[in-house]
Amino acid sequence: MNALRSALWSDRMGVVLLTVLLLAAVWVPIASLALPESHPLHLGSYSVSLWGKYLCFGLLALSLDIVWGKLGILSLGHGVFFGLGGYVMGMYLMRQVGDRGVYGDPILPDFMVFLNWDALPWFWYGLDHAWIAFPLILFVPGLLAFVFGSLAFRSRVTGVYLSIITQAMTYAVMLAFFRNELGFGGNNGLTGFFDILGFDLRADTTRAALFSVTALSLAGCYVLCRALFSTRLGLLCTAVRDAESRVRFLGYRTDRVKLSVFVLSAAIAGLAGALYVPQVGIINPGEFSPLNSIEIVIWVALGGRGTLWGAVVGAVVVNVAKTQFTGWLPEGWLFMLGGLFVLTTLYLPRGLAMLVPKRVSGS
Amino acid sequence: MSVSQRRPLQRAGGAPVLDTSHGTVLYLESLNVSFDGFKAINDLSLYINDGELRCIIGPNGAGKTTLMDIVTGKTRPDSGQAWFGQTLDLLRLDEAAIATAGIGRKFQQPTVFTELTVAENLELAMAGPRRVWDVLRARLGGEQRDLIAQTLERIGLTPLRAQFASTLSHGQKQWLEIGMLLMQKPRLLLVDEPATGMTHQEMAQTGELLCSLAGEHSVVVVEHDMDFVRSLDSPVTVLHQGSVLAEGDLDSIQKDPLVRSVYLGE
Ligand SMILES: Nc1ncnc2c1ncn2[C@@H]1O[C@H](COP(=O)(O)OP(=O)(O)OP(=O)(O)O)[C@@H](O)[C@H]1O
Ligand SMILES: [Mg+2]
Repeated sequence: MNALRSALWSDRMGVVLLTVLLLAAVWVPIASLALPESHPLHLGSYSVSLWGKYLCFGLLALSLDIVWGKLGILSLGHGVFFGLGGYVMGMYLMRQVGDRGVYGDPILPDFMVFLNWDALPWFWYGLDHAWIAFPLILFVPGLLAFVFGSLAFRSRVTGVYLSIITQAMTYAVMLAFFRNELGFGGNNGLTGFFDILGFDLRADTTRAALFSVTALSLAGCYVLCRALFSTRLGLLCTAVRDAESRVRFLGYRTDRVKLSVFVLSAAIAGLAGALYVPQVGIINPGEFSPLNSIEIVIWVALGGRGTLWGAVVGAVVVNVAKTQFTGWLPEGWLFMLGGLFVLTTLYLPRGLAMLVPKRVSGS
Repeated sequence: MSVSQRRPLQRAGGAPVLDTSHGTVLYLESLNVSFDGFKAINDLSLYINDGELRCIIGPNGAGKTTLMDIVTGKTRPDSGQAWFGQTLDLLRLDEAAIATAGIGRKFQQPTVFTELTVAENLELAMAGPRRVWDVLRARLGGEQRDLIAQTLERIGLTPLRAQFASTLSHGQKQWLEIGMLLMQKPRLLLVDEPATGMTHQEMAQTGELLCSLAGEHSVVVVEHDMDFVRSLDSPVTVLHQGSVLAEGDLDSIQKDPLVRSVYLGE
């Protein structure tokens, strides 16, 4: 606890971020629900969900930063964990539809009826219960990360090779999820949700609540990560990042250090995906596309990797810019993003975080 | 903590205790290593006694560092045997297991963690928890703080304890790495060229430190600087083209005509 307090003391930008998140968690519901629509500070439910989405991306960026910035593992496939968390949530939401679907089947989601399936596949069992589905949001991405990480880290795959196989992993998952036979709705994915935990997803109150939950989750995960890196394990991570082979000669099993943080990171990414789906109303295999994973890397690089708060800021800034930009020049976004990336690498190698003087950030 | 209590040792192939009852801590027998056909270590045998301080000298490329690589698990020999005590087969252990079994190493090129402070480098090296969960929960107790403070004093880096290791000079990095080695409390220390980048005075201090370690620890020092080797006043092994060329005290070695011809270039 003391270690955490002093860690936060020396991470003033983190404290600023946490304060903003907590204020937003309180203010956004007020602005959306209590203020009349005519009020200049009123927030429509569209904006609420849009900002909720940005914060989900912030959480996703945080999850990447703890492996890339803190451990030097450049994952080019972190979208896979986000997507899996999203799919678990999507399956839960799908099962909440009940007989309100187009085909009115009380059990089977519409796409299964359409495929002439007569029973629910086994891996959909139990997902109508929140107490089963919600833990799986963390567990499924965590399990994939565990299996992947065990193989990759133990055989000492590092650097570019590791990045390439993470990319291959998300690509493979994307191809699998595109197939109807896999049982996750094929290329349409899962959509047409009605409610979550009994609350109507289209209601302003639910959207405001989802936003607040997202903001609080981001704040909570931030504190968790900051606390983690303020322990001796944090020192060990820095050492592994900078001189992994040297660390082994001190008697540490570096593969296990990397594996533990990688699994935690995947679980956080899964949580981000799960919070994202009810706010955007759909999850489809596009989330697994390699390009998405590369975008996450760009957010973190732009914000300033290794600072944690920078990753969150990077994700929000880039996505606000993306929304604005795609509004008037949809095809131009990728060029814009590429240009931004080149410019930061050239002029802000440590990202936006560089713009904050050390005196202010405290780090 | 006694060596016998260290858990990873028990995991290492059912050989729980370092057994030096025969007085030998390290057995290397008929080792061979080749890199792309080039024989870096050639039928090398070497025995280090418990508590001994031993110097290894030899021209560049003689295989001194490669020898340490084998003992610490970095390089696997093509053939031969390497035992730590009577019972621990080093060739079956990985780097981490060898380190926890009690072999510590200082690298030729000093390698410290530049983004950590001097004190943090020592904290990480300190003998203690090595599993992720235990490391996460590890806190510095009073005793451990004292130990770090003592070591800082011993390596003369107390005023720099809160500085990042990246700011240290070459010689200071050497000291820090020696300090890390001490924190590990190894049974056997392999010290590769510790005096490089040090002033004469620092060299003398290093020599004193290494000598003071012998007895409780076994110390193997690789060094080029003859004055430094002389100051250690210990048995010397000469390596040449991957094999032992001669063994004995420095004076008799320096008189050996074979050694003079290959090593001293006469
Ligand atoms: N990983 C490697 N791949 C190829 N050749 C190697 C490798 N490691 C060492 N060698 C070669 O093996 C020989 C012995 O090298 P080693 O580093 O053990 O010498 P050394 O006695 O420590 O020399 P120095 O005094 O210069 O440190 C050298 O010729 C070196 O080039
Ligand atoms: Mg060498």
